[in-house]
Amino acid sequence: MEAGEAKSKKAGGECFYEVFEEEIHQVIVGNRLFKSGERVAIGASGGKDSTVLAYVLSELNRRHNYGLDLFLLSVDEGITGYRDDSLETVKRNEVQYGLPLQIVSYKDLYGWTMDEIVKMIGLKNNCTFCGVFRRQALDRGAALLKVDKLVTGHNADDIAETVLLNILRGDIARLSRCTSITTGEDGPIPRCKPFKYTYEKEIVMYAYFKKLDYFSTECIYSPNAYRGFAREFIKDLERPRPRAILDIIKSGEDFRIATTTKMPEQGTCERCGYISSQKWCKACVLLEGLNRGLPKMGIGRPRGSGNDQKDTKARSTAKSIESKQCGSLDF
Amino acid sequence: MASFSAVCELDMACNSSGCESGCYDREKDNGSKISVEDAVAGGGNQESVCVKCKCNEPMTFGDGGSDDGRFCAECFRNNVFGKFRLAVTSHAMITPSDNVLVAFSGGSSSRVALQFVHELQIKALKNYEASRDRSLPVFGVGVAFVDETAAFPALSTETVDASEWIRSTVSSLSPPAKDLHVVPVESVFGSDSLDARDRLVKLLDSVPDDTGKEDLLLHLKMLTLQKVASENGYNRLVVGSCTSRIASHVLSATVKGRGYSLSADIQHVDARWKVPIVLPLRDCVRLEITRLCHLDGLKTVELACRSQCGINDLVSSFVALLQEENPSRECTIVRTAAKLTPFYFNKIPETDDSNVPMATQRRLKRFNLKYDGSMTTEAFCPICNGPLNRSDSSDLDTFEEGQEADVLYAACCSSCRFQILPEDGSYLEQFSSFLPDHMISQVKHQKVDSQAHLREKIKDCLLLDDEEVV
Repeated sequence: MEAGEAKSKKAGGECFYEVFEEEIHQVIVGNRLFKSGERVAIGASGGKDSTVLAYVLSELNRRHNYGLDLFLLSVDEGITGYRDDSLETVKRNEVQYGLPLQIVSYKDLYGWTMDEIVKMIGLKNNCTFCGVFRRQALDRGAALLKVDKLVTGHNADDIAETVLLNILRGDIARLSRCTSITTGEDGPIPRCKPFKYTYEKEIVMYAYFKKLDYFSTECIYSPNAYRGFAREFIKDLERPRPRAILDIIKSGEDFRIATTTKMPEQGTCERCGYISSQKWCKACVLLEGLNRGLPKMGIGRPRGSGNDQKDTKARSTAKSIESKQCGSLDF
Repeated sequence: MASFSAVCELDMACNSSGCESGCYDREKDNGSKISVEDAVAGGGNQESVCVKCKCNEPMTFGDGGSDDGRFCAECFRNNVFGKFRLAVTSHAMITPSDNVLVAFSGGSSSRVALQFVHELQIKALKNYEASRDRSLPVFGVGVAFVDETAAFPALSTETVDASEWIRSTVSSLSPPAKDLHVVPVESVFGSDSLDARDRLVKLLDSVPDDTGKEDLLLHLKMLTLQKVASENGYNRLVVGSCTSRIASHVLSATVKGRGYSLSADIQHVDARWKVPIVLPLRDCVRLEITRLCHLDGLKTVELACRSQCGINDLVSSFVALLQEENPSRECTIVRTAAKLTPFYFNKIPETDDSNVPMATQRRLKRFNLKYDGSMTTEAFCPICNGPLNRSDSSDLDTFEEGQEADVLYAACCSSCRFQILPEDGSYLEQFSSFLPDHMISQVKHQKVDSQAHLREKIKDCLLLDDEEVV
């Protein structure tokens, strides 16, 4: 049974939109995602997830009097032909939904655009750079807006992919965190994902039939991302058994992971003051590599001091191991 | 918000300390003379010497797998057998007074398990005959083959041929002689074979989901093995599951919402059953196993009913795809899952067995290899025997007065409820009548346990009979 059909069948013929919106409302209330009076930034890329999120959240905020001050926060990675187009979409959303927009750019924050980074390092590991930079960019943007919380449009498919990825790559610490609906409560800006239980299919349907204005192209630099394996697999699973996506998330929540294995110790980066479990935060390590013309710095297993650039091992590998893995997009 | 851990996102799939299979990990070269160029050439066929012993000529299997042409036949074999033996000793899988039943499907993993157990037994026999005081007896070994013809009638000829071949294989593994038990899977229903067969077919037909049907058959096979083992005096069941099979299981359990019970299924020891199950080949990958069969001329038979369908098949294809991309991936998957917390029953249970030699008892106690068998803090799904996550299982007590079928529904895990129990509640009663008695009795036990469990939780607040009420 298709995910959306299941919803409307369940509702006994009620309108799909109503059921969709009501379910999101229940997730928000049931998980106590917000408090009245909070300033909340919506991570807005111009894509379908964040557009639907902005639309539904502002609608529910009105309808149920959440009392939230909503903003749109967008990150400009500097990808010509992709991001500049999607940013136009977000600018239109600002007008359409009446939500103030803040844009932060990699160029301003780090001095590098993704175009420049890819030119330097190629199409391997580029997703790692972008993911790490984006996380910090969102936090910095949120600080500029002085918001209490960040909301992202990650849907059930995204989270299921992340669960699988973390199993495949041996990251037990991330595995224990990635299914939480709210993360980072002990950091500067907590983040939550109201679409955690919402299938991507439903979001697409909602956006399409409500004729919402969104930008629907894949990032041009992502074809090699390892996440692609997990995504294809999940698509194959969804056909015979749509609930497999939610079942993966349930498994992720139920995994018996000792609390002692969870969190690395939190400190601050010596270079920029951002939250970090190491001396330097990942963004600073990567930036240092870029600025010194050492693109492999911070990539691959840590070797000694981290400044070690004996890359012969990495280069000699018959199968290029590094190229296959995308940065973790845990939020 | 995540803090960035030392483990970079692009962690190499196989950390040198963890994976001991012969997978493609440069850092374990142990100072061999492989040059960078040789490595690039794909497996170092240019070497003329085994990388381990540095004297014999390396073995080439020509199967396109990783690490071909690096080890000589002897070192390769010692490596695989060494992992088997390490698993057996460090988890007390087989001790001198044990009577071990080896589950044999005819496939390569169980063939290797059987071979290795046989070699261990020969060694024990030699030691026994050579020792003066004969203090350590030789453990007994039996072999069990589950005949699934009732579930796959089209394969009956194939299965008959397979059992013939299995019979001759087992008799060739003598001395010491081993009993062979060929058991039809429907024997869980009782000894009347026609009636049992009929019940099996009815049961399987009432499961609409293909994956559910396949999984149910697996659960029934395990019950059959348990029945054979306990009726014939065996106290250990050896299952030949290798790393590759476990990797598939990790993913398929995740995909079926069975994340809580997963850690119970993938340890070296699984003692939630009457006859504890041990997995001595858990640390060997399928490639090693097939190579060993090739090396030692071990024949195997792959029955067509082994092929999977539905979700299980999708998972197998996915793992195969990942393996193509990186041959160490299945090791990483299992290593990740191994970091999940096991259950109390993932150790050999303590028994008051006067037959166990003192030396063995002392050793088992010292290394904390057993657990107190009277602990029962978990409830189990009557169909798959998976430990239930109490926080999301239905409150059984509300079904005190209910129908047996409702009680069955409440007692099952959410995965079995979805893929095995009939969707339509009105068929539940009938389905319940098709189940083997053992599964139904599990439902009743669970009800009792849940009361005991609740009582245990609140006992500090309960007044005992002889306490004074102020």
